[in-house]
Amino acid sequence: MSKAKVAFFDFTCCEGCQIEFTNYGDAAFLELLNHVDVVEFREAMSEKTTEPIDVALVEGSFSREVDRARLEKIRERAAIVIAYGQCAASGGINALKNHQDDYKQFVYGEDAEQPHLASQQARPISSVIKVDYSAYGCPVNKYEVLQIVFHLLHGKQPVIPNHPVCVECKRRETVCRFEEGDHCLGMVARAGCTAPCPAYGVPCEACRGFVDQPNVPALEKVLVERAGFSQRRAAEKALMFTANDLEALS
Amino acid sequence: MTTTARIRVDHVTRVEGHGNIVVNVTDGVVEKCEWQVPEAPRFFESMVRGRHYSEVARITSRICGICSIGHTLASVKATENALGIEVSEQTWKLRELIKHAENFDSHVLHINFLAAPDLLGAPSVFPLVATHGDVVARALRLKRLAHEWGSLIGGRTTHPMSIVPGGMAEVPTTKQLKALKATLLAAVPELEATVATVLALAPSVPAFDRPTEYMALSNDKDYGLYDGDVQTVLPDGTKQRYPVADYKQVTNEYVVPQSTAKYTRNKLPSYAAGALARFNNNYDMLHPEAKKVAEAIGIQPICTNPYMNTVAQAVEVVSDVYESVRLLDELIDAGVELEPLVEPTKYASGAGATEVPRGILFHEYGYDEEGTCLSGNCIIPTNQNHANIQLDFEKLVPELVAQDKSEKEMALALEMLVRAYDPCISCSTHYLDVKFAR
Repeated sequence: MSKAKVAFFDFTCCEGCQIEFTNYGDAAFLELLNHVDVVEFREAMSEKTTEPIDVALVEGSFSREVDRARLEKIRERAAIVIAYGQCAASGGINALKNHQDDYKQFVYGEDAEQPHLASQQARPISSVIKVDYSAYGCPVNKYEVLQIVFHLLHGKQPVIPNHPVCVECKRRETVCRFEEGDHCLGMVARAGCTAPCPAYGVPCEACRGFVDQPNVPALEKVLVERAGFSQRRAAEKALMFTANDLEALS
Repeated sequence: MTTTARIRVDHVTRVEGHGNIVVNVTDGVVEKCEWQVPEAPRFFESMVRGRHYSEVARITSRICGICSIGHTLASVKATENALGIEVSEQTWKLRELIKHAENFDSHVLHINFLAAPDLLGAPSVFPLVATHGDVVARALRLKRLAHEWGSLIGGRTTHPMSIVPGGMAEVPTTKQLKALKATLLAAVPELEATVATVLALAPSVPAFDRPTEYMALSNDKDYGLYDGDVQTVLPDGTKQRYPVADYKQVTNEYVVPQSTAKYTRNKLPSYAAGALARFNNNYDMLHPEAKKVAEAIGIQPICTNPYMNTVAQAVEVVSDVYESVRLLDELIDAGVELEPLVEPTKYASGAGATEVPRGILFHEYGYDEEGTCLSGNCIIPTNQNHANIQLDFEKLVPELVAQDKSEKEMALALEMLVRAYDPCISCSTHYLDVKFAR
């Protein structure tokens, strides 16, 4: 069997999910290279290809009209497109500005309308092209990425979790953040990360987005009643990583 | 002499983020020579408005995937300054330890995966798996080591979790710290092999000099990676220190049309930040083992060849390991335990700075009496290097023309120069002074 041709592309993002790809260590990384050919990866290589690609891992949000053609070209060339990381999957942290109407003026002042600063609301890449699978998270869970790639190499459907992070905290016996006097979004957040944040003493911020059909009114109620949030803070809490998820629900 | 050259490199490879190189030479005359930054702007300073102080570093960490530890630290330090929080000695040391992990991690990546292929005549690290397999495997092991080192302190290295305003939300056990110390010491032979690789490649580093101003954090105790005053050193060795609170007076941001990122200057038309700038400012404070490496390679302050930044990174990698072993000894001796977070004593505005792999990083925030963020300002090292890269181009291109270089050779020399700065462009797009709302 010939090796699968894999390519990385990046749009509006921090490229941290691509960096995660370099953290497997020598054994796992070199073994991976026995099964895939990395044919394009601008952050790490100068080689480029015009050949068809088996799997395109696309990082970053769609936030500029000028990027539309590049995304469409990737879709044409790739048999499978994976939204790689939360910015691509949902807009991620970039969508935190979507509810503001003065973000350009705030950062760029009187230069805000210069053409090279053109930018719009941050959207998932699925708003432009068809996405086959999403590797959620900010950053991605690099072991889940391996699972997705291995499933695809074997012609199987990857299983993407759709249960809340609370399940994973119970599984690793992490004390609930609410019991520690903190707050958390774990009850509506999509699992698959193994819940590292509560285990490290900080709340889940739902960086993998919501589960399907999250009970957001109940979330707000819990934030007010158990974490002592103001009504405003409770309502705006989920704008951080799930602004576009919230908008889709309304 | 090169008579005609048309160079256009869109989205320079093997750098983080997007940058373009444009050069036009006609009849031996350089008509255009530009370093352009077309990265998509991301508006972090606007996004932090309205967020609780405990969330701000979690947001601004996402500015950069490769130096997210540094962004978290600078952000948390600025917030702690604004809220009148002084952290414990244990917190300070754990943060220094993760700062070294990030510096080591990023430098290992840059030296081996981004810069070395040029010096070995390869387009990327992937063909080197076949030709220099031992070097690649070693680099991957060191990269993994840095990942485990940083993850032990921060939970993970991309967007670390435990560094929060007021202290550390989780701490490693003494047993884990002892194990890390053993792992670091066991890696010394691999470190020496890496230094030997850099030593072997050092003669291939292009000869080019352009004296400039160098800016880095500096203090009287150590190399200043985590904390210090702002210091600049001029080519003649003149040093001056400034308080971090005055960062706007030393960065002096201004707008240029070819860049979504702002340029900066201080005493000279541009200044440099990064490993070479730290080396030039703080050479005397380097760990003796790192000084030995510097002497072996033959780099000394004030080094004015920007291509030598990669070599300065190799010197720092050695320093990171030995300084971390010292920190680990101190932490193990004192015993580490989870401490309650220090609560705010006021709500105002404040600045914080730390050194990230690519240079000095400033964050500043203002908060209202409920701890809600009113404004943010971040000045990122690559941002501060853009003007310096442009002025390097303006000196280098005529030299390359005079040396009769082909278009291809010229493009490679310019790409290598950009890569030497190890730019991290995805975080550098920002460019106007922000007025603090009161």
